[in-house]
Amino acid sequence: MNAVREYLGRNVRQYGIVAALLVIVLLFQVLTDGRLLYPNNVASLVQQNAYVMVLAIGMVMVIVAGHIDLSVGSVVAFVGGLCAIMMTQWELPWLVAVLLSLVVGALVGVWQGFWVAYVGIPAFIVTLAGMLVFRGLAIVLVGTSIAGLPGGFKSISNGSLPNWFGFVGDLDVVTLCVGAIGIVAFAVAQWRSRTALRKHGLSVEPMSAYVVKVSVAALLIGVVTYWLALSAGGTPIVLLIVGALIIAYSFVLNRSVFGRHIYAIGGNRHAAVLSGVNAKRVDFGIFVNMGVLAAVAAVITTSRAGAGVAGAGVNYELDAIAACFIGGTAVTGGVGRISGAMIGALIMGVLNMGLSIMAVDAAWQQAIKGLVLLAAVAFDIVSKRRAALR
Amino acid sequence: MVLENVLETGNILEMHSISKEFPGVKALQDVTLEVRRGEVHAICGENGAGKSTLMKVLSGVYPHGSYTGDVLLDGQACEFRGIRDSEARGVVIIHQELALVPFLSIAENIFLGNEKATGGVVDWNRTAAEAAQLLERVGLAESPATLAADIGVGKQQLVEIAKALSKRVDLLILDEPTAALNDDDSAHLLALIEQFREAGITSIIISHKLNEIAAIADRVTILRDGRTIETLDLRGDEPVSEDRIIRGMVGRALESRFPVREPTVGAEVLRIEDWTAHHPVDTERVVVDRANLTVHAGEIVGLAGLMGAGRTELAMSVFGHAYGTRISGRVYKDGVPVRTRTVSEAISHGLAYATEDRKRYGLNLIQTIRENISASALGKVARWGVVQREEEATVAERYRRDFGIKAPTVESLAGKLSGGNQQKVVLGKWVFSDPDVLILDEPTRGIDVGAKYEIYSIVNALADAGKAVLVISSELPELLGICDRIYAMSQGRITGEVARAEATQETLMHYMTMDKGVIDR
Repeated sequence: MNAVREYLGRNVRQYGIVAALLVIVLLFQVLTDGRLLYPNNVASLVQQNAYVMVLAIGMVMVIVAGHIDLSVGSVVAFVGGLCAIMMTQWELPWLVAVLLSLVVGALVGVWQGFWVAYVGIPAFIVTLAGMLVFRGLAIVLVGTSIAGLPGGFKSISNGSLPNWFGFVGDLDVVTLCVGAIGIVAFAVAQWRSRTALRKHGLSVEPMSAYVVKVSVAALLIGVVTYWLALSAGGTPIVLLIVGALIIAYSFVLNRSVFGRHIYAIGGNRHAAVLSGVNAKRVDFGIFVNMGVLAAVAAVITTSRAGAGVAGAGVNYELDAIAACFIGGTAVTGGVGRISGAMIGALIMGVLNMGLSIMAVDAAWQQAIKGLVLLAAVAFDIVSKRRAALR
Repeated sequence: MVLENVLETGNILEMHSISKEFPGVKALQDVTLEVRRGEVHAICGENGAGKSTLMKVLSGVYPHGSYTGDVLLDGQACEFRGIRDSEARGVVIIHQELALVPFLSIAENIFLGNEKATGGVVDWNRTAAEAAQLLERVGLAESPATLAADIGVGKQQLVEIAKALSKRVDLLILDEPTAALNDDDSAHLLALIEQFREAGITSIIISHKLNEIAAIADRVTILRDGRTIETLDLRGDEPVSEDRIIRGMVGRALESRFPVREPTVGAEVLRIEDWTAHHPVDTERVVVDRANLTVHAGEIVGLAGLMGAGRTELAMSVFGHAYGTRISGRVYKDGVPVRTRTVSEAISHGLAYATEDRKRYGLNLIQTIRENISASALGKVARWGVVQREEEATVAERYRRDFGIKAPTVESLAGKLSGGNQQKVVLGKWVFSDPDVLILDEPTRGIDVGAKYEIYSIVNALADAGKAVLVISSELPELLGICDRIYAMSQGRITGEVARAEATQETLMHYMTMDKGVIDR
C-alpha cells in the first residue's frame, strides 16, 4: 500500500496532467453538445496539432538542457518555403524534396548550435536572431506563397492510410489494427521492463500500478482508435509519423546515453562537465536535432496548407514551448518528459478545437490559452513548494 | 519591556516539546532546548539529528502550526509566521550557505531589504558610513564599496554577521559558521562571538567542530535522531571531553575515529611535475606554482593547506583543466606522460576527482542516486549508446548497499539525501568509473562523525584494492589519521612533504604557513 502511494506520489505530476486533459476533453464535450469528439474532429485534431507535437519533442530536449529555441516558427516557414520551391521550381520529386528539407533543417541547427555551444552565446539571443533571420529569408525566397504542390506531398498531412482491409460495421479495419498493435506494444514494453528489473533483483512498481497503467493506456488508445476508425479517412498518415517520433525520442531521452547527458547538463552543468560529459557537443546535438524536427514540422505544415507560405509558422515556437511547460518541463531545466509535452500539446489542441467549435472569437481563444499555460505552471510551482515545505 | 528579574537569571529562549514531521520522517520529537541569556550555546548532533530543522522552527522558516510545541522568547510565547516575525523579536539566523548577492557591494548587501532610505530614495552616504562602522565592529578591513564576489568566503561570513548586527539582535544563530573557513578566519570568527557575549548578545552555534565548541561554548545541547539527548555544562567543575560529546552524538563511544589500516604501497601511479596554473579571470595571478607530487598504488596521500593555498585548484587543473588558465606542467601516469586537457581525457587515463562542493560540482540533485552513480562512466552500462537501465540499477544498488547509502531505493533523488549520504553517492560515482587515481577533495566536509568513519573505511578499502588516493582536507587530524604521507601547500606551492610517522599538526602547520605568511590583500 505504501509502495503504491509512494509510486503515485512520485508520478503525481504526470497523472495530474493526464487528468487535466481528460477534464478539459469532457468539459468541451459537454459544452459543444458532443461535437468535440465527432470522429472527423478527432482525426483533424491530430492533423491540426501534429506540428506542435513534433516541435514540442525537440523543444523538450532544448528546455531540459537549459536552453530555449525561439526560432522554430521562422524555421518552419523558411524550410517549408524551400521545400515548396524544390518541388515547383526545381521540379524535384516530392520525396527527394522532403529529404533535402530535413538536411536543410539540420544545417539550420548546425548554424544555431555552433553559436550556442561553441561560441557560448545564450540560446535566447541566438534563436531570437534566428527568428528574424529565417523569417526574413522565408519572405525573400517565397514572397507570399507558392502553391501547386504535388498530391503525394499534400497527402502527408491531409491523407489517411488506405482502407486495405475493408470495414467491420462502420469501422475501418486498418485503423483497428493500428490501435490493437499500439495497445499490445505498450503492454509488452512495460512488461518487459518489469521482468528485466526483477531479473536483476530490483524493486519494480507494484503490480497494481502496472495493471492500472496498462488499462488506462489501453482504454485511451482504444477510444481514440474507435473514433478514428469511424472517421471519414481512418488513420491519418501524420499520426503514424508523430507516433513514430514520440516512441523514438522517448527512447532517446529515457534510454540513450545522449538523452541521459541532456538531463545531466540540464540538472547541473558543472557536475556533468566534471563527470566527463562533453556539454558543448550535447548542446550542439540538441540544436541540430531541433533543426531537423523543425524541418519535419515544416513539411507537415506545408503539406497541410498545400502551399509554401512565407507567413507560416508564426507563434509556433510559443505553442511548442507552452506545450512543454504545461507538460511539466521545468523552466530551470533538468526535468521534463516527452509524454508530458505531448499531453500539453493535446491540451492546447483540444482547447483550440473546442473553442473553435463553440465559435469563440480567436482573440479570446488566445487569452484563454494564455491563462491555461499560466495555471499549469502555477500549479506545478505551488505543488512543488508545498512538497518542499512538508 | 521585559521584566528585569527574568533577564537576570532566566532563559532567553525556551523550546518545549517541539515535534515536527515530514512525510514518513519524524524530524523532531519532543525536543527541548533552553538557552540562557548571554551564553554561547552550542548544538551538536549527527547530520539528520534535527539541528537545522530545530533552528528553522525557531526562526519561523517553518511557520507556527507546521510543528507542535511551544517556543518562548523571554518567557513570551511566539507564533512566528516567517523570518520577518522572528527578526522583529531579535532572532537572527545566519545560514550555512551564505546568501550574499555577488554583484552588489558589501554595504548594499548589509542593508539589503533594510535599506537606509528616506521616501524610497537610498541615502548612499549613510549606507556607506553605517556599513563602515559595522565592518569595523566585525573586524573586516574592506571598503564597503567592494563587491561581495571579490572577497573570500571568510570575509563573506563576516559580512553576513555585519548584516545581522545591522538589525536588532538578541539571539544570533550561526549554522556551521566555520565550515568553509580556514583556521585564521575561524579563530577570528570565534573571537567575535566572544565579543558579542560580552556585549550581551546570546549566540546559538551549530557546529561539527568539537574543538571549537570546547573553546567557545558555555553549554552544549546534543541532539540525536530528532530528540534532545542531553545538555552539558562546559564551564562546570568537571571537564567535558570531546569523546564525551561524541558519545552523546552517536550513542556510543567511538573506539577510534579512524579505522586501522596496514598500508601496502606499490609502484608510482601518478606523478605531477612543475604544475602551474593561473587564475581564470585574473590571468596574471599564479594560483598553483610549480607543484610536484607523486602518489603510489595502495597509498593514501594527504594534501594539507589553508584556504586559498591552491589545493583544489591544483587538483581541478590536473583533472581535465577544469580550473584555471595558462596551465603548464607534466602529468605522468604509471611513468608515462599523459595529456589531461579535458575531463574525459583525464577519466580515460584513470583519474577521478570527487569535488569538495557536492551540491555545485558533484551531484545532479534533481536526478536519482542511480543516475548520479553512473554519470561518470555511463558507457560501462551502455551498449551502442543505449543505457541498460537494469544493469545500471544493479550497479547503483550495489554501491547503495556496500557504502551504506541511507535511502529507500536507488530511485531516491540525490537532493533528498543528507550530506554524508550524498558524499557516498559521489564516492560511488567515482569508484564506479574504476579509476587508478582518486582525488578526494574534502571528503568529509559537513559530515557527522559516524558517517566520517564510514567514509574513511571506504577510502581505506580503495587503497587496499591498489588505488592511489590523494586526499585534500582542511582537518589536520583527519589527514594524520588516514594518510601515509602528507604534502603541505601554501600560496600555490608545495612547501613540505612529511611521512606519517613524523607528521604532527605542528609540523604541517609550519609548512602550511610557510614563506610569505598570511597573505595580505
